[in-house]
Amino acid sequence: MQEVSTEKKEFVPNIVAFCCNWCSYAGADLAGSSRLSYPANVKIIRVPCSCRVNPTFVLKAFQQGADGVILCGCHPGDCHYVTGNYYTRRRMALLFSFLNYMGIEKERTRVEWVSAAEGARFSAVMNDFVKTVTALGENKRLTDLRVKEGE
Amino acid sequence: MKDVEMKMLERAKQLLESGEVARVIGWKKGEFFYDPTPASFETVDELKDFVYDWFCGANLSKYLIQMSKKEGKTAVFLKPCDTYSFNQLVKEHRIKRENVYVIAVECLAKLNIEAIKEKTDGIVKSVDVEDKDVKVVTTNGEYTLYKPEVVLSKCAVCNKTHQAKDEEIILHERPERDVNRFEEVEKLEAMTEDERFAFWKGQLSKCIRCNACRNVCPACSCVKCVFDNPHSGIAAKANDSEFEEQLFHVIRAFHVAGRCTDCGECSRVCPQHIPLHLLNRKFIKDIDGLYGEFQAGETDEGKTPLTSYTEGDIEPKDVFNGEAK
Repeated sequence: MQEVSTEKKEFVPNIVAFCCNWCSYAGADLAGSSRLSYPANVKIIRVPCSCRVNPTFVLKAFQQGADGVILCGCHPGDCHYVTGNYYTRRRMALLFSFLNYMGIEKERTRVEWVSAAEGARFSAVMNDFVKTVTALGENKRLTDLRVKEGE
Repeated sequence: MKDVEMKMLERAKQLLESGEVARVIGWKKGEFFYDPTPASFETVDELKDFVYDWFCGANLSKYLIQMSKKEGKTAVFLKPCDTYSFNQLVKEHRIKRENVYVIAVECLAKLNIEAIKEKTDGIVKSVDVEDKDVKVVTTNGEYTLYKPEVVLSKCAVCNKTHQAKDEEIILHERPERDVNRFEEVEKLEAMTEDERFAFWKGQLSKCIRCNACRNVCPACSCVKCVFDNPHSGIAAKANDSEFEEQLFHVIRAFHVAGRCTDCGECSRVCPQHIPLHLLNRKFIKDIDGLYGEFQAGETDEGKTPLTSYTEGDIEPKDVFNGEAK
């Protein structure tokens, strides 16, 4: 018979990373082929451009149980679609500031620019983000904003 | 206020009689003297119910989306704050400007009956305003209230002026004043994350999802709304999914970001008294602080902050609480 472990399981956060197809996804690919590791709990969602990420995607990720959401795109000025990431920058700046205003920890959200040549940077960013979110613990706030605790 | 009402009524009669306009949009008597309702008047006869008083807080701009598509011109009475919503809707091609005749009317703030009821005892029978005094007669006595304390939350910090007009009816000029509409937002920003979360959780838990804020909002005028379930079989009432239901206020606030004119209708109509305008004002404050002063609805053309960019925009990680680190 299997023994029941009484040890508390270590918290492993769920991280959703939206990566643009042209830079950051290629950056993740490079990290892989360069044998650089990044945590396996980072779930990458490939999008054509970082500006494809509707703010509701971020919210939905949180509502469905993500503990942290990170957006990766080409460096400003390098967007494959020329201006896409400039719009992302404004949108996410406002959205993340707003979420913080509602009491969501600001460390749970992040935007990073990662180019196709920056495999090492991709790995470093992900490791750092996972570390930050692990320290924060589980995301409990952004699942349902409308129900009081204990109800 | 009575003299303005007379002038407006007179002008509405003229316009309808001469056939210049097919209908006039204004306010009509409600069940009680303190709940005038937006209404469309098509004949001079119907104008007998016309009112314009201290309780006409409703924004008439949104009705023009439908009305401006009807045959004939539509005359409308707009208060200063309404004209911003009007401009914004013209800019978004929701209102046919050429079909609307805008009559700008004066507004010296509108009263909040809920606040008056709270501060008095008994059933309110009449309300009179003399300068800064609000004289209230109830079944239990007479009260004199200080006007700035019983105006609608949108009026308390209003400094708006008419942005669109074809003619105006202004008998009393409103004095210029120095107000900071971001005071409440700043107060929240000064709290800790936990305090803010507790505040909003407490407020939003009161929400009964009646959709009043969405339905009254001039910026929320999509024909198909994300919050509605097109397959429910019950028009515009069933919610689309758990997600939209649970994060309704966040999604809605972002949808109107950069387009919200701060008309304050959401807070006025909320039956649960949730200060919804504070959500939208946070976006307005951030946009002002990060991308330069911008007032939606000031003009009926030009780009909005979220549909434009500059190369030197601030990085999201450097922004928190609207201040650059």
